[in-house]
Amino acid sequence: MSETTLNPSASTPLWRRSVTRDLVAVLILAAVAVALFFLFPSNLALLTRIVAMMLLVLSLDLVTGYSGVATLGHATLFGAGAYAAGIVAAKFGITDPLLMLAVGALAGAAAGAISSLVILRGHGLSQLVLSIAVVSLAHEAANKLSGWTGGSDGLSGISPSALFGMFRFDLFGRTAFIMSVVLLLVVFVVLRIIVRSPFGMLCRGIKQDPVRIRAMGAPVYFTLVKMYAIAGAVAGLGGALSAIATKVVGLDSLSFTLSAEALVMLVLGGTGKLFGALVGTLVFVWFEDRVSAINPFHWLTIVGCLLVAVVLFAPKGLTGAAEAIWKRMRGARS
Amino acid sequence: MQTILSIGADALSYGMVLFIISIGLSVTMGLMKVVNLAHGAFAMIGGYIASYATQQMGLPFGVAIIAAVLGTMLVAVPLERFLYRRIYGAPELTQVLMTIGITFAIIGIANFAMGPTLKTIALPSQLQGPVDLGFRTIAAHKLFAAAVGVVVAIALWFIIERTPFGVRLRASVDDAAMAGALGIRTKIIYAVSFALAVGLAALGGVVGAQLLPIEPYYALHYMVTFLVVVSVGGAGSITGALVAALLLGAVQTTGRYLMPEYGEFFFYLAVIAIVCVFPNGLMGRSK
Amino acid sequence: MSLFEVKNLRKNFGGLAVTDDVSLSLQKGDRIALIGPNGAGKTTFVNLVTGHLKPLSGTVHLDGQNVTKASPTQRVKQGLVRSFQVTRLFSEMTPEEHVALAILQRLGRSGHLFTNFKTMPEVVEEIGSILALLGLGGIARTPVAEIAYGQQRLLEIALAMALRPKVLLLDEPAAGVPSSDTVLIERALAQLPPGLAVLMIEHDMDFVFRFAQRVVVLAAGAIIFDGTPAEVGKDARVREAYLGSYADDRSVA
Ligand SMILES: Nc1ncnc2c1ncn2[C@@H]1O[C@H](COP(=O)(O)OP(=O)(O)OP(=O)(O)O)[C@@H](O)[C@H]1O
Ligand SMILES: [Mg+2]
Repeated sequence: MSETTLNPSASTPLWRRSVTRDLVAVLILAAVAVALFFLFPSNLALLTRIVAMMLLVLSLDLVTGYSGVATLGHATLFGAGAYAAGIVAAKFGITDPLLMLAVGALAGAAAGAISSLVILRGHGLSQLVLSIAVVSLAHEAANKLSGWTGGSDGLSGISPSALFGMFRFDLFGRTAFIMSVVLLLVVFVVLRIIVRSPFGMLCRGIKQDPVRIRAMGAPVYFTLVKMYAIAGAVAGLGGALSAIATKVVGLDSLSFTLSAEALVMLVLGGTGKLFGALVGTLVFVWFEDRVSAINPFHWLTIVGCLLVAVVLFAPKGLTGAAEAIWKRMRGARS
Repeated sequence: MQTILSIGADALSYGMVLFIISIGLSVTMGLMKVVNLAHGAFAMIGGYIASYATQQMGLPFGVAIIAAVLGTMLVAVPLERFLYRRIYGAPELTQVLMTIGITFAIIGIANFAMGPTLKTIALPSQLQGPVDLGFRTIAAHKLFAAAVGVVVAIALWFIIERTPFGVRLRASVDDAAMAGALGIRTKIIYAVSFALAVGLAALGGVVGAQLLPIEPYYALHYMVTFLVVVSVGGAGSITGALVAALLLGAVQTTGRYLMPEYGEFFFYLAVIAIVCVFPNGLMGRSK
Repeated sequence: MSLFEVKNLRKNFGGLAVTDDVSLSLQKGDRIALIGPNGAGKTTFVNLVTGHLKPLSGTVHLDGQNVTKASPTQRVKQGLVRSFQVTRLFSEMTPEEHVALAILQRLGRSGHLFTNFKTMPEVVEEIGSILALLGLGGIARTPVAEIAYGQQRLLEIALAMALRPKVLLLDEPAAGVPSSDTVLIERALAQLPPGLAVLMIEHDMDFVFRFAQRVVVLAAGAIIFDGTPAEVGKDARVREAYLGSYADDRSVA
């Protein structure tokens, strides 16, 4: 137990320490990205897809891991961003990648705020069912509005122009990968600041006891809607990124399956920790790509057993298990 | 008029199949408070067993139904003992993950064992033809499904309201801790109810195989529908599940007949509307 | 005009009158104890006036304003704060974070996205002084799940103090605390600002006598006594209400 006493001068280094930690985290992520770039030059498309998924899973972590909302419909926000970015590019000729990202973020935020009004009506089972209904409704709507979305054929004809007018999106996906990594780092740092902010603390409080939060005079509903809007912007960025990188948007980006997979990735990595979302996504998508190349159904069996194992033996996910091992090793040494 | 009658007949048989499968889920949710996403997978297993029994082994339909129900229970009992028991009372997220995991694994194994194609169940000749109801004809198997649904509803009502087991079950639903203190062995009640729920799922899977065709992704496709029925009806309520199954069956069937191009749009719209207005379900108890 | 005034409050639970025409008012600086047998409706009264439950009828005025229809959060913002009989805290957060959240809420900064309380010297200082006052300085950064129940009860009071209420309703602040530690809670209550109006629900009559200038007794949802601590033991109706559960309790008889 730490015997810290509180006084202003002792607390200053404490927030400095968190800034230092942010820097270290960013450096680690950047180093991993650089290593992957050189180690797997022919897999950059896959890696970019992973980054887009990471944004979706980070977003889910905000809502589920930090705020305690159970949802199986989070792809709604990702799909909203993907379709919005794709439609402005394919139908309105707005092909600047940064503008497309901005449109995706806005659309995601709007979708997040609106869908939260529905999802937050329920609790427990009804919340899950509402979230599934929302993503399914969006899926059916996108299917029906095929004039805009391309329906089940997918939305094509997206050709993003060069980044900053200089860097074209090359065949090998180098530009897309670098852009996605920079985007991820920026989002990651911003989210780290947000989850430590008063607002982030409020959300964690709501997750643990909304009644107590109300008794402190803070609004529960409005706070969650706001968090949903922020999460929507993050997921929307992910969707827009995938539209830019793959140049198509399919109905699967707005599906229950993607929502469920995102949840699996989050729990695999560990909820309530931004790093967990990143680790879970990387491990999941990477293995999925490898195993399902051999047989997609074997992949399902493996994921299924893996999930059961995680719930039973590592409820805090891979990062949680790693932390526990690390702590035990340190405890053994001292 | 013809259309209305066809829709009505289809909606009735489809709704009854939904009821047979979902009622087990409703019981497990009301009693064990487990969000069991793998429930549809058990219905699928029942369907596979019946298909194998009739097509590969040439067994009669009645025997196949019994084999499906018992076989599925046999699969489910160890799962209850070693997996489900660990998540009773756990947060929803944990339950969702574990049961999605079980679903995925069952899908993968089903495909490995039975292949990715649709499987049919051979019906006896009596159930194959149309039946003349006087004002119109209806496929015999649909009538059969509806009849089974009615029998299930009555039998369940009898078990729950009129037998000693039912008394213990209701006591455990109301207050598991109190029931335990009164000497009711809730663990056994849970295991028996789970087996019953799974057996009903298997029965529904077999009887409804013409409407919900058996293939590996069955477990995932219809999982949402079953969950929705329970949520709309209110977990733990037989009447609620019956009303919800018939209502949602009607919405879905009508949508398919009249506006097929909208897919399930109106179905989900109805779900959102109902759940927003009745967050505890039509017949659910408020907390 | 009283600082806090409740008039003709009623509430039924399934036909049972849990709050039966209750009227009560508090002035600035009041120290009132609300006592009554188990199930008398004391907690329900707190839930009703703070907006956690909806009354059947009756009004609640705070500082001259009608807050009967206001949400719980609005009432807190206007200075009506409660504590809980069974501790409600965030098990994964530290006492420091708890108090920070309450202070930030009071300052209207709890929705801020890009700040951090650790960079706000005035907030850090206030957290330090509140925790020190309640003797929680040593465990400021230990997750609440790991601290003793008595300390959690103190933290409940710390949260209430951090909100700087005008009216404070304490629901059995010493419930579940080992008797050796109740002195800590008494000491904390003695530190409350003198102008604050406090209503405390409490079963321990010795504690009540030391704390309150006025005692209100609730039985079966209705107020049956309102007077000084000296008179309460002599009142026939109070004795009757307590007969059974408290008949042999020396402190009442
Ligand atoms: N939500 C509720 N629904 C139904 N009845 C309730 C509810 N809350 C409380 N009651 C009943 O109302 C009565 C008053 O309860 P309350 O908790 O207000 O008593 P109390 O005076 O605080 O008792 P204690 O000293 O045990 O804390 C009790 O009979 C209780 O069972
Ligand atoms: Mg009480």
